[in-house]
Amino acid sequence: MEALEQVKSRIEAAVPGVKIDIVQNPGPANQPSLLIDNEHAPAIAQFLRDDPALRFDFCSNVTGVDWLDRTVKKTVKVKKSIDGEEKEVTETTEEHFPGYLEAVYHLYSMTQKHGPVVIRMRTPNRADGARLPSLTPIWRSAELQEREIFDLYGIRFEGHPDLRRILMWDEFVDHPMRKDYREPDDYEYEPTPHDDVLERTKQHYPARPQLDGAEEITATDLH
Amino acid sequence: MSDIDEGLRKELQRQGVWVTSMQELYNWGRKNSIWPLQFGLACCAIEMIATAASRYDIARFGGEVFRPSPRQADLMIVAGTVTKKMAPQIVRLYNQMPDPKYVISMGACAISGGPFKQGYNVLKGIDRYIPVDVYIPGCPPRPEALLHAFMELQRKIDSQRLTGANKAEHLDPAEPSEFPVPSFGEHDLEPPANREVFQPPKIERS
Repeated sequence: MEALEQVKSRIEAAVPGVKIDIVQNPGPANQPSLLIDNEHAPAIAQFLRDDPALRFDFCSNVTGVDWLDRTVKKTVKVKKSIDGEEKEVTETTEEHFPGYLEAVYHLYSMTQKHGPVVIRMRTPNRADGARLPSLTPIWRSAELQEREIFDLYGIRFEGHPDLRRILMWDEFVDHPMRKDYREPDDYEYEPTPHDDVLERTKQHYPARPQLDGAEEITATDLH
Repeated sequence: MSDIDEGLRKELQRQGVWVTSMQELYNWGRKNSIWPLQFGLACCAIEMIATAASRYDIARFGGEVFRPSPRQADLMIVAGTVTKKMAPQIVRLYNQMPDPKYVISMGACAISGGPFKQGYNVLKGIDRYIPVDVYIPGCPPRPEALLHAFMELQRKIDSQRLTGANKAEHLDPAEPSEFPVPSFGEHDLEPPANREVFQPPKIERS
């Protein structure tokens, strides 16, 4: 299969006005992926599926990722002249990255026997109205998985033929795979609590009995 | 369980007279033809199927007639993980079973939620909504364990009384035979547990 950079430049040539970034993966897998812009995503997907050299006809996996808001603190040593004297001062800068929700698609080609190519789409923010274009019209196999992402992460896929909850019931309002999800408090009976379960169980412990001061008497007072 | 004096009964038997009581006869018939409800929820159901098949053969205990309708079943074997989405249907199936009815809670999940206890989607034990007669630990329990639970249930049925103050629950019109079906709420099942059935054991901790 051609290199990902070449795939990127061929998409850019085929779909005018498209914006694609290559996201590096520093982990052991070292599998870079294509971050595609939401507006042109269906056209890019169409190209990836129908291009005779690529022909990604099989979308094996669709999943979601929740990225929280984060701030990165950087400490830099800067030389500054204070009162005419040159001194080394440490300066702290804070950089704020807003969170977003992400949908990741893994594509293979059955006819060309190559793959995977990973493509990602990101929502502008983590609010409830997070929207992404659906790629189900391109790959039918994405239908149930996009429903699952909608159910668990709350991404609305525009153009999906049947966007309903798939695992939780229809009346449910939360999105349990989001990192700030807090499950209902039914920790009243935990025989072996530990870690965060212990913290939540403690709220159900009965209050300590009020003591009347008799327990203050120690062994030395009895002499 | 019999109210007849054992010595007298043995003596009479020696003379060729066999004595029994109505209660004994009735319970003997009931305990040897327990018809389970045919449904399974997870991997425990595979063990339940193995128990029903020829190697372990639950037919030896009179429990081989798995009924696909709750109207014809005496025993509900809750075999597997009860998800919160499934729980109302299970309570509804229980309500549709005619009295007398019994419940075996099979495996760690049906008892407490098991390995999924801290999940958002798994009910922490079916005893939050319906009364359970026999609990079997295990993940999953072996077929022998299910047979043991079955024998325990037979022992329980055998000891149930037909008359008197402490007669069997299904003979007491005051005892409920149906329990409210929980509804799907916005965050959890409503209510999260039926407090008339389930009271969390009090744990004293320092």
